[in-house]
Amino acid sequence: MSKKSKKRGSRALTEFVNEAQDILEALGRDLMAIDRTPENEEVDPELVNNLFRGVHTLKSLSGMFGVDHLAELAHQEESLLEEIRLGRIGLSKEILNLLFESLEIVTMIITKVNDTGDVEDAGLQGSTDEFMAKIAVAAGRHEEAASMTPRGSRNPMQQLGADVLEVLTEYEEHRLKTNLKRGLPIYRISMRFDLESIDINLEEIRGKLKPIGEIITYLPSSDESDIDKLGIDIILVLTEQLETLEQALEGIEAELIEVVPSTQDQGHPRRRTTPPSFSPKDVLSEAQEVTDQPPPKPSLISRVPGPAEEQSLSLRSVSQTVRVDIRKLDHLMNVVGELAVVRAAISRMSEKVSQIVGRSDLTIELDQMNRGLDRRLTALREGILEVRMVPLGQMFDRLARMVRKIAMELNKEIHFVISGSDTEVDKLITEELSDPLMHIIRNAIDHGVESGRERNAQGKPNFGTVALTAYQKGSHVVIEVEDDGAGIDTERLLEVAINRGVIDEESAVSLTTREVINLIFHPGISTSRKTTEISGRGVGMDIVKTNVSALGGVIEVQSELQIGTKFTITLPVTLATIQALLVAIEGKTYAIPLNTVSEAIFVATADIQPMLGNETITLRGETLVLCRLTEFFGIPREETPEEEICVVVAALGQQRLGLVVDVLYSQQDVVIKSLGPSLKEMTCFSGATDIGEERLALVIDTSQVIDKFFSTQDGPEFRALMV
Amino acid sequence: MRQYVMGILRESSDLRIDEVSSGFEAFKVLAREAFEVVITDINMPDINGLDLVRFIKRSARHAETRIIVITTQTAKKTKEKLLDLGVDGFLTKPFEPDAITALVTTLTGGDGSDPSRDEK
Repeated sequence: MSKKSKKRGSRALTEFVNEAQDILEALGRDLMAIDRTPENEEVDPELVNNLFRGVHTLKSLSGMFGVDHLAELAHQEESLLEEIRLGRIGLSKEILNLLFESLEIVTMIITKVNDTGDVEDAGLQGSTDEFMAKIAVAAGRHEEAASMTPRGSRNPMQQLGADVLEVLTEYEEHRLKTNLKRGLPIYRISMRFDLESIDINLEEIRGKLKPIGEIITYLPSSDESDIDKLGIDIILVLTEQLETLEQALEGIEAELIEVVPSTQDQGHPRRRTTPPSFSPKDVLSEAQEVTDQPPPKPSLISRVPGPAEEQSLSLRSVSQTVRVDIRKLDHLMNVVGELAVVRAAISRMSEKVSQIVGRSDLTIELDQMNRGLDRRLTALREGILEVRMVPLGQMFDRLARMVRKIAMELNKEIHFVISGSDTEVDKLITEELSDPLMHIIRNAIDHGVESGRERNAQGKPNFGTVALTAYQKGSHVVIEVEDDGAGIDTERLLEVAINRGVIDEESAVSLTTREVINLIFHPGISTSRKTTEISGRGVGMDIVKTNVSALGGVIEVQSELQIGTKFTITLPVTLATIQALLVAIEGKTYAIPLNTVSEAIFVATADIQPMLGNETITLRGETLVLCRLTEFFGIPREETPEEEICVVVAALGQQRLGLVVDVLYSQQDVVIKSLGPSLKEMTCFSGATDIGEERLALVIDTSQVIDKFFSTQDGPEFRALMV
Repeated sequence: MRQYVMGILRESSDLRIDEVSSGFEAFKVLAREAFEVVITDINMPDINGLDLVRFIKRSARHAETRIIVITTQTAKKTKEKLLDLGVDGFLTKPFEPDAITALVTTLTGGDGSDPSRDEK
């Protein structure tokens, strides 16, 4: 990698700094909590597990941004914590100190990255290396110590039975062993749940059991005597008294079996970690213990940094940003939608009032206030949309790293030219777009750009150029991937398409070059490996197209033999508003997302032909199946003979379906509001939208309609469940 | 990630795919309906994948159901356990789109659309 690319865009770095800081803060909290654990008690395993996960995330994050020495450090720590998590190494004071020290080093690295914008800093490399050596030493020493601790000769695990043991993960098994060593009793709680509410009920029970013990696992039974119920056994390590457990389960029908009895009173003189019930005095004395830091734990004090030290470590937040869950923004957007409805009502009232009392100062003032409200509402909506925007730069940087890797693997020299990193799109779009873009770019390098020798023979430069460009165009963002490779050989592509039965020879003749090139998006072509060898590209292009359509976008391809290929993706700037086609069915208005509509046409009823139980028409030589939405949605309707029907041609990927509607209205930008939980069953609608004048329209989920329409048609089918 | 896998499957196979987001929810659906294939992650927010696998394998209703488990750097021991329980296939992250479709095609007995398709 060149020197220049080590310095990343400041925006991307801000993302890194923010996220790393969040992780750091969480790590600090967990470490402090561990540190507060009294010496004679076992550290909460969940805290250690949290540390492990935090460090793991830090590792991935640093690796992604090229902060290599931090990634390395986090990796070392992760390995150490994995050992601790699995109980192979004890969490000693020494290790805890090291972990605290690591927080300081990580903070220094992050601060430096934030200040200088340089991800590689030789100044800190030394201290990082030195620190990692310490971790390695600590890990080694404690490993020996742990292996020397005698283990119990009797194996109480067997008492659990093979059926339980066979489904435990390594981590769960370790937790069970640890608790058994402490002599805690293990219970098996058998319950039966109604299927309708099993997820909610289980969640509730989990909440009740968590404070009084540790849930090792859930065992579902396969007893099918009652198909509306499901039996679940919970394996629980009880840390409190049996009565507490019984209290927690009060009112719940559950069978309680003690699988492994407590051994604490029988020769395992291990004290209960938490007293079964607190007396006010206990609470008081414990609170003092924590705050006062009494002399018996001098090590604890030494670990808490003094005020002066604290400043030099700069534990203060470096940046001024707040990170927000995108769902909260969705919620805000929903509220804005509801406000718009209220505003419309006020506006109507205001008109009514002026009709009744005539124009007066009062009505004029009311009208003005109403306008003011409208303006601010629009500003609020735009403000929320803006918050959702992130620059594409971060994703582009990731793609650049991928290009470097692929080029190396394929032994091709690639110049990757990025422009428009500052272009902003909805956060959700960047997430969903990276896979399709990765696919296109990989194909461009793998199949588009020729080998160095071939390029020389054609008089092209040795190195291939792949350009990734983004820019805003109205309310859309355009992303282009262009290569100067071999281009798509349309003749051979057509040949393959005919051979594979994607298209028949007759219709092949009438295809334009553009239509032929678009065949690469056909699933019959693009999933084939053979075609890839011939046409130079194609693997999964159909999926790329589907993913782009799912975002409300359009993908186009231009290609010229020997010159190169250019993919153009046009996307809406935000997912929160969509362009929709408003239609009417039986007097009610519905919205159909415009990106799923290829055209709207009028068809004479005489042209409708029955075929395999469906109504069909022939549209430019292809058969189009019609779906009468009234019938499909089960809307009652009087039979009226019509001469002409209105058909909206819905197209998703390669599937097409003609939706029969009564009236075509207009095109409109709409904000979709999700339907409430009680309407979740209505799978064919993605939400409702306010179309002005206090009218609501249901938004038709075209892909669901197409899926459902064809799935009720097909014979036996394979079903899959994705968990 | 789940969306990504589902996108690939939807486009390249005849599978009709339902989706749930937790183990508890999977219980709910599985106790009511049968599936040809269940694709599950080993790490779920509530129960672990092993519990789900065992439930499916023990239930008469799901005798025909094949199971694919998505794993990352799963401990070897866990993988062995899964095999003992009768898991039909693994998908190890990060995976190629082709690997997913190939595995599902094999498990559903092939959809016959392309016998020459390479299997990874």
